[in-house]
Amino acid sequence: MIVRIVTFARIRELVGAAALERVVEEGTTAGDALDGLAVEFPSLAGLAQSTRFVRDGAFVPSSAELRDGDELGLLPPYGGG
Amino acid sequence: MLYDIVETALDLGPLVNAVRGLESGALVTFVGYVRERSDDGRPVDGLAYEAHRELALAEMRAIGAEASERFDHARVAMAHRVGELGLGEAAVAIAVAAPHRGAAFDACEYAIDELKRRVPIWKKERYVDGSERWRENA
Repeated sequence: MIVRIVTFARIRELVGAAALERVVEEGTTAGDALDGLAVEFPSLAGLAQSTRFVRDGAFVPSSAELRDGDELGLLPPYGGG
Repeated sequence: MLYDIVETALDLGPLVNAVRGLESGALVTFVGYVRERSDDGRPVDGLAYEAHRELALAEMRAIGAEASERFDHARVAMAHRVGELGLGEAAVAIAVAAPHRGAAFDACEYAIDELKRRVPIWKKERYVDGSERWRENA
């Protein structure tokens, strides 16, 4: 199945794209998708603990299973204010 | 507008007008500005902010509702600027009205503390020496 991964701030710069599509296996979780990206982009390693996941506009835990066509947002730690 | 993410200069006026009313005897405002030095003392040239707009607005609304519930029906308005900001420009502005000053001060502090912790906004510091760094809230 195909998921669209949307990145922000530090993570966007590390992968060099605001959005990318990846083919993943059934049962892949949000956390798995980040781990997979970290294989492609080793500089993402170590961000798993601090990244928040958003699926189709709502926060989800890293254990959330993705579905075909999902959009997964990867949000690094915040710096507003 | 009670909650907003804007790309232009912040203005407290509309925020104040959004929350003030005859039931409110106190009004507190907070404005956060771009400082000339980073927390570790480096000379700053400017800041770049970005937001996940939809989620940021939803989280700001939630914070406002919590502040109202906790602090005597305080009314909260807040706006955060995104894009490139120069020294001395306002990055965030909050107005809070409540029946009495205690609740207004408390609700305003709650709003900015929770905004920094929970609202998906990111900040990159640009330094006078040309380098730059993403900065995260503690």
